[in-house]
Amino acid sequence: MAVAESEPLVEMSHIRVAFGGVHAVDDVSINLHAGEVIGLVGGNGAGKSTLMKALSGAHPPNSGEIRVEGRRVTIANPRDAKLYNIECIYQTLALADNIDAPGNVFLGRELTTMWGSMDDGAMEDATRKVMGRLNPNFKRFAQAVKSLSGGQRQAVAIARAVHFNARILIMDEPTAALGPAETSQVRDLIRQLKTEGIGIFLISHDIHDVFDLSDRISVMYHGRIVDTIKKTETTADDVLGMIILGKKPEQVTQKELAELQLPGQSPAPNLAS
Amino acid sequence: MADIASAAPRQAPAAPRFSIRGALSAAEIDFRLFGMLLALVAILVGFNVVNEGTFLRPENMTTLAVQGAGVAVLATGMVLVIVARNIDLSVGSLVGFIAMSYALLMTNWLPNILGMGDDFPFRWLIALALGVGLGAVFGAVQGFIIAYVGVPSFVVTLGGLLSIRGAVWVLSQGAAVSGLDPTFQLLGGSAQGSIGGTLTWAVAIVGSLAIIALIVYNRRQRRRFGFPVRPMWAEVTIAAVGCLAVIGLAAFANGNYWPVGAATRYAQEHGITEPPGGLKIAVGLPWPVVILIAVTVVMTFLATRRRFGRYVYAYGGNPEAAELAGINTRWTVVKIYILMGVLCAISAAIAAARLNGSTLDVGQSYELYVIAAAVVGGTSFAGGIGTIPGAVLGAFVMQALAYGLAYTGYNSPIQNIVAGIVLVLAVGFDAYNRRRGGGS
Repeated sequence: MAVAESEPLVEMSHIRVAFGGVHAVDDVSINLHAGEVIGLVGGNGAGKSTLMKALSGAHPPNSGEIRVEGRRVTIANPRDAKLYNIECIYQTLALADNIDAPGNVFLGRELTTMWGSMDDGAMEDATRKVMGRLNPNFKRFAQAVKSLSGGQRQAVAIARAVHFNARILIMDEPTAALGPAETSQVRDLIRQLKTEGIGIFLISHDIHDVFDLSDRISVMYHGRIVDTIKKTETTADDVLGMIILGKKPEQVTQKELAELQLPGQSPAPNLAS
Repeated sequence: MADIASAAPRQAPAAPRFSIRGALSAAEIDFRLFGMLLALVAILVGFNVVNEGTFLRPENMTTLAVQGAGVAVLATGMVLVIVARNIDLSVGSLVGFIAMSYALLMTNWLPNILGMGDDFPFRWLIALALGVGLGAVFGAVQGFIIAYVGVPSFVVTLGGLLSIRGAVWVLSQGAAVSGLDPTFQLLGGSAQGSIGGTLTWAVAIVGSLAIIALIVYNRRQRRRFGFPVRPMWAEVTIAAVGCLAVIGLAAFANGNYWPVGAATRYAQEHGITEPPGGLKIAVGLPWPVVILIAVTVVMTFLATRRRFGRYVYAYGGNPEAAELAGINTRWTVVKIYILMGVLCAISAAIAAARLNGSTLDVGQSYELYVIAAAVVGGTSFAGGIGTIPGAVLGAFVMQALAYGLAYTGYNSPIQNIVAGIVLVLAVGFDAYNRRRGGGS
């Protein structure tokens, strides 16, 4: 099962997150190795984003254990997560719309001069460098990010994670708002980050993205992990079956399979839409 | 005829048409701020025309500036409060409470409880420091309840408005208190409470040098990293206009002379024989205006150059993003209210010094004028948008209207009607402008 024999970068064990009486994440264990991409898939409300928020500090877990490079850690807020080089690109991007790109890239971690004032020059310089990698045509460093296009905003959000040398990167639907050209840019970037030894959790609705980029795929259903499998040992149909039915392929009955295929004879409904 | 007319434009090269907005944006000047400045000038010139040239005189403008300073000082803080999606309705009551505290400190508590008599050194400064501390504590308590307990700021500060105003009465048992330290009184900006001609020139020269230094520094910084810089003509024009404005204002302020009676007394006391036509002593900048300039510079620095300011704007723009970026947003909100409390103490010092004491209704309705100033100055209740120079200009637009109407002979009900209409018009114009995409 193990992709590498080395110690995992992140190990989350028996994580539970409850909203009121509902367990959004219920006893989930998952691990991630350096240079590995785990595709996290599942229907709406399966608990993918909630599980990742437990790791990024946005919503700490009610119980369970998180280990980073073997060391047990407590992540109570986003500041803690950043201490362990865990960066998260949220689906909403989490940008302050009224502030420019350098301000957003360095938000919460501003560079300062020797007098403690913000060093705007140094921040813009660093932002120009990292944006040059992500989106070479980007020139609007002085405008509030409100006025940028969807792809440019996405690039700013990614730049924020990349610049700070993330070891563990969480990407929640990174291509959902992008056009084809921009999507392929983000894919290239993920491959590049992977070769740099960064571990990536990739949440996506796009099954092609997941198969294209992931090493392993974890399927979530109603707050639990159905299975975590190597990409090479499964098929898109099996994964879609698990997403919809919440069962491993060998547990699925003929009746359920029949029901699944009823509408339009297509082997699997298109979840990407 | 028609042929010639239509042929003529074709010969001209298709050069981009010169527009004010284009030139301003090349020079990276805030269009909105520039518009506000024009509005203020238009108001002043308008009243000058109506009053046949008697309005725009140094003594009137000095009085106007001194009257507006207290509200303007508070407006610089209210900008940050509103930018962070909060409100502070308690500023007027807090100004009243601290003003009364200054009066009681100097007439009663310091001499009778702490044994600091009239001749105790720096008594005025001790009173001021205690007042600032008091403001910070009140701000911290309100900020804590808003940020950590989670009671909406409107409710918390409405409670503050009522209870702190009540506390003013409790402090003085309903009495007016007068008789402040003579040095403290100077903060009120009478003829004596001004910095005089020489220091005013000094302030103007320091200000001009600061403008040039800032422009050179910014240009160097951008050059250092190889960023595009403003065109040279823009840099030089901005520097020249800035310096001319500063020096012109100083010259204007120095055109105001001590009242004849005070000047004669001064001449007698110092054994100076009065020249024919009376002794002319330049008043220069009144202390409240000097304080306001300092507060504006410091607050602008905090808001634009420090992390604190960045966090305030980030929180206002997207509270969730600020939280996810690891910003301690609650503590940021508390700090805003502490700052607001300190500004209340400064404003209260000006108010108490002007009155040489305090009454029960010092600071009454300030919260409304302060919020109006911030909003006219371009601060948006949606959060994340607003500038400190804008709020100061906003305060002076409102003050100029009130003062000008009073000068022309309209009473305060009329002033209030105009103020209310201008408030709504200003924000309406702004909303219209932003919708057309002119706000960026």
